[in-house]
Amino acid sequence: MNIQRLLAMAYKETLQVWRDPRSLAVALLMPLMQMGLLGYGVSLDIKHVPLCVYDQENSQASRSVVDAFTASSWFTISRTIGSEAGIRSAMNHGECAAAIVIPVDFSRTLAATGSAPVQAIFDATDVNTTNIAMGYVQGVVAQINATTDARWDASHGVQPSLVGQVDLEPSVWFNETLESRNFIIPGVVAVILALVGAQLTSLTISREWERGTMEQLISTPVTPLEVMFGKLIPYFAIGLLDAAFCLAVAAFWFRVPFRGSIGILFVTTALFDLVVLGIGYLISVRIRNQLGASQVALLLTMLPTTLLSGYTFPIDQMPAPIRALTLIVYSRYYVTILRAIFLKGSGLADLWTPVLGLVAYAAIIIWLAARAFRKHL
Amino acid sequence: MITESNESAVAVRGLTKDFGPVRAVRNVDLAVARGEIFGLVGPDGAGKTTIMRMLAAVLRPDAGEIVVDGVDVVAEAERAKLHLSYMPQRFGLYEDLTIAENIFFYGALFGVPRGERIARSQELLEAAGLLPFRRRLAGQLSGGMKQKLGLICALIHTPRVLLLDEPTTGVDPVSRRDFWAILYNLRESGVTIVLSTAYMDEAERCSRLALLHGGQIRRCDTPQHLKEAMPGALLAIAATHPRDVRDAVSGRPGVLGALLMGDRVHVRVDDAERRIPELRAAIADQGIADAVIAPAEPGIEDVFVALLGEETPHEP
Repeated sequence: MNIQRLLAMAYKETLQVWRDPRSLAVALLMPLMQMGLLGYGVSLDIKHVPLCVYDQENSQASRSVVDAFTASSWFTISRTIGSEAGIRSAMNHGECAAAIVIPVDFSRTLAATGSAPVQAIFDATDVNTTNIAMGYVQGVVAQINATTDARWDASHGVQPSLVGQVDLEPSVWFNETLESRNFIIPGVVAVILALVGAQLTSLTISREWERGTMEQLISTPVTPLEVMFGKLIPYFAIGLLDAAFCLAVAAFWFRVPFRGSIGILFVTTALFDLVVLGIGYLISVRIRNQLGASQVALLLTMLPTTLLSGYTFPIDQMPAPIRALTLIVYSRYYVTILRAIFLKGSGLADLWTPVLGLVAYAAIIIWLAARAFRKHL
Repeated sequence: MITESNESAVAVRGLTKDFGPVRAVRNVDLAVARGEIFGLVGPDGAGKTTIMRMLAAVLRPDAGEIVVDGVDVVAEAERAKLHLSYMPQRFGLYEDLTIAENIFFYGALFGVPRGERIARSQELLEAAGLLPFRRRLAGQLSGGMKQKLGLICALIHTPRVLLLDEPTTGVDPVSRRDFWAILYNLRESGVTIVLSTAYMDEAERCSRLALLHGGQIRRCDTPQHLKEAMPGALLAIAATHPRDVRDAVSGRPGVLGALLMGDRVHVRVDDAERRIPELRAAIADQGIADAVIAPAEPGIEDVFVALLGEETPHEP
């Protein structure tokens, strides 16, 4: 490899990216847009579930139940309803995802027996939300029970028992505030790198074919390796800059806790960058028009990275064949590493398997890319 | 091994290339001496571009040998590229780079040291009259300026063999004249030039020509010899309606061919002395009164047409 030719190639490619508004937009605006969109838009937490209340009794006891729901940040009372049919219509209009019905003899039953039923109705069209909302309702009800039990015991002269009571005190590690944002955002970096890196490089060779500059280029003594590395250098730099930007936004703007080593983060990010650039370059060599190349790049990078990397959908919960498929999805290794570094502060000792996966992937892709480009028509 | 590689700048033997069922180039032999301006002449589809691409080592031949400047192009394509230079038919430089950036890029790819690159590009830009435009993007240049830029990029590493595929197609006449002035200068400095062209007037400027048709070389000689070897004699008939004249004389005894050339008809006959009166009578019979018949010097186009029988590659 000749350094002068390599640098000339890299310099020429840099000039071209700099002068191409579309490439520049992909390189600079895309990360900003994606970070905002995914950082603010994607959240798996369900808060403020709209709730309808049908309080048939409207007593002090029943109102305290409603108050308990109002007080929790999980629910927002969207409407108070006067009939069974009203619940159905409210759900049909999307005014609530859940409803509670307090029966007309609620306080009487409660006073007599120490326990009284409350009905909860869910709109289960969105199963995921329903499951979570059901959990929330149980949580609120448990709170109500604790307070009413204590009151009932007191009013009936029963001493609260001090022994024989088991309390579960859950303790959450690594993402203490249980914010799904902390879980999502590190993965966003992988999505952006995959998108930007492969999009830009997928155009690099196909552009030369499309614009008719390839014939002249291959008539020079430049070698395929010089073409490949020369072309990848500027995109590699852009990828690292974009990654640095996204990681900074993740840590300082979204305040995702960062506990690991910057060194490992840098090395693994560079490896992942190499993989996506290599994939983009391979596509570019194979498909000689820019539009086709960028479409295929999108298909081979964005899709597996969003769906199969564990970035949004947990890999353990996928069916076995799909889970096996994720082993060839390079982004799963990087997403695993990102989360571990950010939230757990894991070091190389814990991460050697996914790191090795990335290394192997980068080596294979670059080897294939180096052999793909042929210097003849 | 090809023995004449010592004398020839370009030596080709048995060159063949098929594109599927199309036999683009068939068994072509060529020998171009050092310092020649050698022309590949033929209509579109004759195989000119395919031959040029194989000479430039950007297309692999199916069969045959190519030796350029002593290097076997088929076996050692990359080594051959060091000393040859190729300008494709379609403008192949980067339109989003300036003139200076394009020259610098190609200079670097050909391994020209930085200092030398600056000096030589200055010199070439000056000679081509492009110095004031060196910061202009290549995409904003006129056709003639683009061709000159292409030539400069091809010359930045002082090649020994220059391959130009239809270099002046789509270039205005003044730029074409400038372009040829540069080519003559290059020949003076010992560069061998192989160019393809569909322009017959341009073919006349070459030191030797290969007349190409259907992927084969039909004749290869100097323009003068080609003309002398043309069978029969040439008559030029000027008239206001040359098309009618052509129709009047075509197919008459002794007429070997009739070709429209602007406001006149070039008629090739077996014997000028004998046929002039006959043709004059035939034209008069058709009611054409203003026709003037005179013997004429054949051009390359006449030679080409004579060669290909009644086929007329450039009839409008």
